[in-house]
Amino acid sequence: MSARALRWAIPLAVVPVLALLAYGFRTDPRDIPSPLLGKPASPFALTAFDGKPVSLDALRGKVVVVNFWASWCVPACYDEAPSLERAWQAYRERGVVLIGVNIQDKEEPARRFLAQFRHTFPNAPDPSGRVSVDYGVYGVPETFFIDRQGRVRFKQVGAVTDELLKLQVEKLLAEPA
Amino acid sequence: MTPELGYAVTVAALVLAVYGAGAGALSAAKGRPDLRASSERAAIGVWLLLTACMLLLVYAFLTFDFSVRYVANNTNRGTPFYYRITALWGALEGSIILWGWMLSLYTLIVVGRYRRTQPQLYPWALAVMLGISSFFLLVMTIPAPPFERLSPIPADGRGLNPLLEDSGMITHPVALYLGFTGFTVPFAFAMAALIIGRTGDEWITITRRWTIIAWYFLSLGLLIGGWWSYHVLGWGGYWAWDPVENAAFMPWLTATAFLHSVMIQERRRMLKLWNLTLIILTFSLTLFGTFLTRSGIIGSVHAFTQGSIGIFFLVFLALVMLGAFSLLAWRIERLRGRSELDSIFSRESAFLLNNLFLIAAAFTVFFGTVFPLLSEAVKGQKVSVGAPFFNLVNIPIFLALIFLMGVGPLIAWRRASAENLRRNFLLPVAIGVVGAALCRVLGVGNLLVLLCMGLVVFVAATIALDFWRAARARRRTGDGWLEATWGLALRQNRRYGGFVVHLGILVIALGVAGSQAWSTQTEATINRGASVELAGYTIRFDDLQPVEESNHFKVVGTFTVSDRRGPYTVLTPAKKFYPQEQTPIAAVDYRLGFMEDLYLVLGDFARDGSHATVKVQINRMISWLWIGGLILTLGAALAIVPEPRRTAARPRPDHVVVA
Repeated sequence: MSARALRWAIPLAVVPVLALLAYGFRTDPRDIPSPLLGKPASPFALTAFDGKPVSLDALRGKVVVVNFWASWCVPACYDEAPSLERAWQAYRERGVVLIGVNIQDKEEPARRFLAQFRHTFPNAPDPSGRVSVDYGVYGVPETFFIDRQGRVRFKQVGAVTDELLKLQVEKLLAEPA
Repeated sequence: MTPELGYAVTVAALVLAVYGAGAGALSAAKGRPDLRASSERAAIGVWLLLTACMLLLVYAFLTFDFSVRYVANNTNRGTPFYYRITALWGALEGSIILWGWMLSLYTLIVVGRYRRTQPQLYPWALAVMLGISSFFLLVMTIPAPPFERLSPIPADGRGLNPLLEDSGMITHPVALYLGFTGFTVPFAFAMAALIIGRTGDEWITITRRWTIIAWYFLSLGLLIGGWWSYHVLGWGGYWAWDPVENAAFMPWLTATAFLHSVMIQERRRMLKLWNLTLIILTFSLTLFGTFLTRSGIIGSVHAFTQGSIGIFFLVFLALVMLGAFSLLAWRIERLRGRSELDSIFSRESAFLLNNLFLIAAAFTVFFGTVFPLLSEAVKGQKVSVGAPFFNLVNIPIFLALIFLMGVGPLIAWRRASAENLRRNFLLPVAIGVVGAALCRVLGVGNLLVLLCMGLVVFVAATIALDFWRAARARRRTGDGWLEATWGLALRQNRRYGGFVVHLGILVIALGVAGSQAWSTQTEATINRGASVELAGYTIRFDDLQPVEESNHFKVVGTFTVSDRRGPYTVLTPAKKFYPQEQTPIAAVDYRLGFMEDLYLVLGDFARDGSHATVKVQINRMISWLWIGGLILTLGAALAIVPEPRRTAARPRPDHVVVA
């Protein structure tokens, strides 16, 4: 090859490699869709921190949001905590139920977390970890949106925001009962 | 307060580094010594500010300052103080600080060492190094700020990743990053040489030395990484061809290629273009490795996090590669020398083949690592490439490299005569064949292992033969054996350092072959008081005890082991439960031996301690990896030692008795 051609060929040779790596940003190796989407949500019955029973079966016909959290989950669970309480206040009148499931945690810090954010929606510990296994929870926080037929319709990995809660809940509320 | 102070220091360091790089480049281009001195002061300032950053973060860790997000994410009140210090590099942001700090340290060394001796190359090299520092400081300022404030301040932090609570994690990242950042020095001098168009001898001398130093640390980092994987992860292996391991292995391969091909340039003035390409590739691959581990584009057990940091690294990688290769292309006429080989049977051709195989290995590793991306881009399918592919492709390449390891150092330059070949290789080949045959007689059935053994014996014989001849020659001048050996090692430290590295690789090769071929394992659920047997060991399950630690809870099993001769040892593998982890973490217990390790992993167990599942592994010849690694690093250290001046002959002490 002539020197002139090489002058162009050498730097250009790296372009395809860089392009491939840039393509990598469009994909997420961890983004494996949850097999639970569209399937009936598995039932659970837990006892909340305030002693009242919390059961999914009793809520059939309502839109339910199940949020898995832990007190040590810094910072995502702390970031989303105010949004959850706001959503509860905004939608409880419209028949939406929010349930917090506290997993892999100790009771005392969990209660402190609830007190810090003044959560008023039902929150229950999952001491055996069975509920989180049934829902395939990989890390906290994860939030599941369940429609009136009791099917899982959306799963959020990581902190939820006001906008996301509003979008998903409104969508499910708009569906006929 | 700490978050704001830390951020201010980071920004100040960034400003200084950018200024220093600009001033350095300007002084080099215009030949202005005042700017050069200013750029040097900037380099010192960057180092001081980065040191302050590290100390500030350590202080935040030690005082549990959870207003710093990074501290809250990587420590909690139960984390022991030494892991609070090493938590500094336990995650993304802190590891970038460590990287930047090491880079600034190397920059200081370059300033001290070459300010007076390399008036032409040095100013550009300084500018390039400060430019690269600027990039890392930019990363610390925008996409990965270690001092980001967390609000509201949590009562307790998340805690360090439990797998990182290990002594290996104290040393492994330090060694690895010293290797990675070390390659910046040869790269900077290569760029300097290209810019001013002096691609002669000074460049090669400096670059070679610094490549060996970086190579030494990178090798050490890889070895400690293997050891960590072996005794922490609990799968009984040391290398999994995980993308992140590959990312550290690729620059090692290209740097190894450079360390060999540079000898051809020194000796024969050939391959200038090729050597520069290897240096650029090596440095680019260190960036690629960082990009890979921090962008999240490829799934890996080691990957840090995702975020905009990947974009920053990709843009920088593109700038470096396009810039460096454009410079190379611009100077192409000066770099193309005469490049005919005199003969196939020559040291040049052995080294060229060595380079070909090393680059082929680097390429296959690269290809396997990015193949999932390629597959998704082209066919839209998610796939993963695992150990079978890498082993299949790389085993033949590495066997060929071992063979060349025997040939390269002894074959003559230019054109090897039949006499040269006979004199150097007849005996070693014979010994290698006898060695392989002996292994066969002793019961080694696996063909690949036999081949590996034969090659290892052959190479060891070539080294021994060469060394014996050289030592004998020195002894004729009156030295004792010991003195002759020492004298050789020190006088020709590069050559013999290289041989020692080769010996280390041979021992590692035996360890790899042996552990792959002869390891055995079993898994059994046994009742308390009952035993499981494997390969002559009887392992009795005695007891299960809960233990509360500062930051986790663990269940410890007690197993009494006896071998054919009687009681051998008591092993206590455990399962650790960290509140912040979904799954419990196995704490392996093991007894290391020269020929075999006994390795126990506790699996499921009954809460009342009535029965437990245990995985028993007999891992053969793993210790050879660590021994070989030690030999290798000693050899590299020997090669780094400055060569003694050859002027004054040392007077021989009189008391040495000539045997």
